Amino acid sequence: MQVEKFYYDNRIVRAFGYATIISGVIGMIVGLWVAIQIYYPAASLNLAMTTFGRLRPLHTNAIIFAFVGNACFTGIYYSLQRLCKARMWSDKLSWLHFWGWQAIIAGAAITLPLGLTTGAEYAELIWPIDIAITIIWVVFGINMMMTIMKRREKHIYVAIWFYIGTWVTVALLHIVRSFEIPYSLTGSYPMFAGVQDALVQWWYGHNAVAFVLTTPVLGLMYYFLPKAANRPVYSYRLSIIHFWTLIFLYIWAGPHHLLYSALPDWAQSLGVVFSVMLLAPSWGGMLNGLLTLRGAWDKVREEPVLKFMVVALTCYGMATFEGPLLSLKSVNAISHFSDWTIAHVHIGGLGWNGFIAFAILYYMIPKMWGTTLYSKKLASNHFWLGTIGIIIYAVPLYWAGFEQSIMWKQFTPEGQLKFDFMQTVTNIKPMYWARSIGGALYLTGTFIMIYNLWKTIKQGKFIANEEAEAAPLVKAIPAVKEKWHRVLERKPVTMLVLALIVVAIGGIVQMLPTFLIKSNIPTIASVKPYTPLELQGRDIYVREGCYTCHSQMIRPFRDEVARYGEYSKAGEFVYDFPHQWGSKRTGPDLAREGADKNKRPDSWHYTHLYDPTSTSPGSVMPRYIWLLDNKLDTSNTPAKIRVMQKLGVPYPKGYDKIANQDLMKQANEIAASLKKENIESLPDAEVIAVIAYLQRLGRDIQNEPKPITENK
Amino acid sequence: MKFINYIEKVSGVDVIGLFSLTAFFLFFVILLIWLFKSNKENFTEASRLPLDNQD
Repeated sequence: MQVEKFYYDNRIVRAFGYATIISGVIGMIVGLWVAIQIYYPAASLNLAMTTFGRLRPLHTNAIIFAFVGNACFTGIYYSLQRLCKARMWSDKLSWLHFWGWQAIIAGAAITLPLGLTTGAEYAELIWPIDIAITIIWVVFGINMMMTIMKRREKHIYVAIWFYIGTWVTVALLHIVRSFEIPYSLTGSYPMFAGVQDALVQWWYGHNAVAFVLTTPVLGLMYYFLPKAANRPVYSYRLSIIHFWTLIFLYIWAGPHHLLYSALPDWAQSLGVVFSVMLLAPSWGGMLNGLLTLRGAWDKVREEPVLKFMVVALTCYGMATFEGPLLSLKSVNAISHFSDWTIAHVHIGGLGWNGFIAFAILYYMIPKMWGTTLYSKKLASNHFWLGTIGIIIYAVPLYWAGFEQSIMWKQFTPEGQLKFDFMQTVTNIKPMYWARSIGGALYLTGTFIMIYNLWKTIKQGKFIANEEAEAAPLVKAIPAVKEKWHRVLERKPVTMLVLALIVVAIGGIVQMLPTFLIKSNIPTIASVKPYTPLELQGRDIYVREGCYTCHSQMIRPFRDEVARYGEYSKAGEFVYDFPHQWGSKRTGPDLAREGADKNKRPDSWHYTHLYDPTSTSPGSVMPRYIWLLDNKLDTSNTPAKIRVMQKLGVPYPKGYDKIANQDLMKQANEIAASLKKENIESLPDAEVIAVIAYLQRLGRDIQNEPKPITENK
Repeated sequence: MKFINYIEKVSGVDVIGLFSLTAFFLFFVILLIWLFKSNKENFTEASRLPLDNQD
C-alpha cells in the first residue's frame, strides 16, 4: 500500500508549552503571594485588587485552567498527532484555540482582580467569558475529533479516550454551571439558589478536579510514561476498566463537599458511596502506571522524566486514597473547612499535576528541538526541590488543619467552648509560614526548569514540521466478526456519545430530585427576600470574595451550634443567588452573623472593615478601606430586582421602580445609627450596604419555634 | 419563572433513577465479561501504539 508522507505540527505544541510555563509561574507566584497574606495580611498592599479574596480565585483559575489546561493542550496536541499518525486536522482551528484560550486567561487575569466574579468556586469567570470558553472549547473539540476521524491508525489508543471523555464532560459541566441570567455586561445571577446552587456547584467543582486535573492528565500519563520508559503500559485491559469506571464514578462524587450541610441526606450519602468506590479505579490507574516501570527502575534513577512521573503517580495515589477517606462523614467532620483540604488539594496540584506537566515538558522540548536535555543534573535538582517543597508545603498544613479543627471542637469541663476563634488562628500561624517556604522551594525548582529548558532550546534547532510516514487507513471488512468494544474503539463519535451518556446520567440522577421534589428543600415562611440594600451588600460580599475565607453553613455539631448558633436549614437559602456556603474557614462562619446571638453594633462592623485588628486583635483579615470611600452603584438595582423576579424571588410587581427608594431609606437608617456612635459615613458608601447584609444574616429564622423543618 | 418549573414538566422523571442503575450495572458487567474473554493479543498490539512512532 502507498505510504503517505505528512508532517506533525510542532509549532502549536511549542506555543502551548510556552503558555504552560508562563501561566504556571504566574499562578504559582500568585499562590505564594496569597499564602503569605494569610499570616501577613498587609502583603495585600491594602489595595482592593490584590486582597486575598480577589487573588485566591485568580490563583485557582490560573493553576487549573491556565497552567494545567495549557499543559494538557500541549501534551494532547503532541500525542494526538502521533497516536493518530496525522497532523492536526486544521492549523487554523489549532491557532484559534490557542489564542482564544490565552485571551480567556488574560480576561480572567483582568476581571478577577477587578472583583468581577460570579462567586462560584473555580467558575468565577463572568458570563461573557463563559460564552468565550464555550466557543473555544467547541473549536478545540472539532479539531480534535476531526483529527481522530482522519487518522492513519486503526485503533484509538486509550489516551485518546481520556481526551474524548474530558472534552465531552468539561463541555457539560461548564454549560450547566454557567446557567445564569445577566443583569449587566459583567454581572449575572445563577439560575439556581441555595441548596440547588450548592449541589450544582460541587457537582461542577468536584468534576473540574476530575475532568481538568485528572482525566486529561491520565491520558498524558498513558502516552508519555510508556514513551519515556520505552515499554508498553503494564495492562491495557486495566486501562480500559480504569477509563470507564473513572468517568462513571467521578461524576457522582460531588456532594461529598457538602457533608453535614443543608443538602438532603440521601444526596450526601450518594456522594460518599461513590467517593469510596472511586478508590478502585484511581488505584488501578496508579498501579498500572507504576507497574509499567517494573524491571525498568534503573532507568528511573537516570531519567528525569521518569523521576517526575513516579512521584506524580505516587501523589496521585496519595490524593486519591485520601479523597475517599475525606468523604467519610466522620473524617469530613474534622477535615472540612480546615487547612486539611488545602493540603490535600496541593498533593494533587503540586505533586500530580505539576510534576506531570514538568515531566512532559522535559520529554517534549528536547525532542522537538532535535537535541538532548541541557542538564540532567539541573533537572534532578528541580526534582528534589519540588519534592521537598511539596513535603514542606503539605505536612504543616495537615497539622494546621487537624489541630485547628480539634481546637474548634474543644469544650471546658463547664461546657463552654475552650478556645475562641482567634486563638485557633494565631496558634497555627507558624504552620502557615512553613507552608509558604515549601511553596517558595517548589517555585524555585520551576525557575531552574525554565533555565534548563531555555538552555536546551538554545542548543537545538526547532523542528516546526516533523516528518512522518504512514499508510492511509482503508475501510477493511474484517474476516471474522469483531467484538463490540473492539469496534467501538474505532468509532470516536460513538465513544463520545457513550461517554456523554455515562456522565450525564450521574448528574441527572443526582440533581433532578433536588430540583423536583419539593420536600427536599422545605420552605420556611419567615425567610424573606433580601432588601435592595442587602442585595447590593451581598453582591459586594461576593465581589470581594469573602466566601474564600468565611463559610455560611453551620453544621449540626455541638461546637458549631455553640459558637455560631442554630445549624443551617435548607430553607434559609432559597433566595441566595449564588449560595455562599464557602469551603474554608480562615475566619469564622457568618451564617448567623446578624442574629441576636452574635449581634454586634453597626459601628463594630464599620470599624472592623476599616481595620480588623482594631476590633479583633491578631486578626489576619485584610483591611477593606475602599468600602468606606466607594460610592454604592445603585443604577443597577432595578435590573437586579428584575432578574431576581425572573428567578422566582417574590418581590412585588413593579418593585424594581421603587427599590432604590427603599434602599436609600435603609441606608440612611444605618448611617444614622453610625452617627450615634460618632462615625460619620455617607449613606451611599459601599460599607453601608455590606453592613446591611451582614446584619441580616441568620435573622430570618431566629424566632421560629423548633422543630422548624422536617427533612426526610 | 423558576428553573424548577421546566424540569417538573418532564414526564416519568422518576423512572430515570431506576433505568440508570440497571443500565450501568449491565454496562459494567458486559464490559468485564468482554475484557476477560477477549483475546489478549489485541491488547498487546494496542498497547504498543505509543511506541510505534519513530520519535
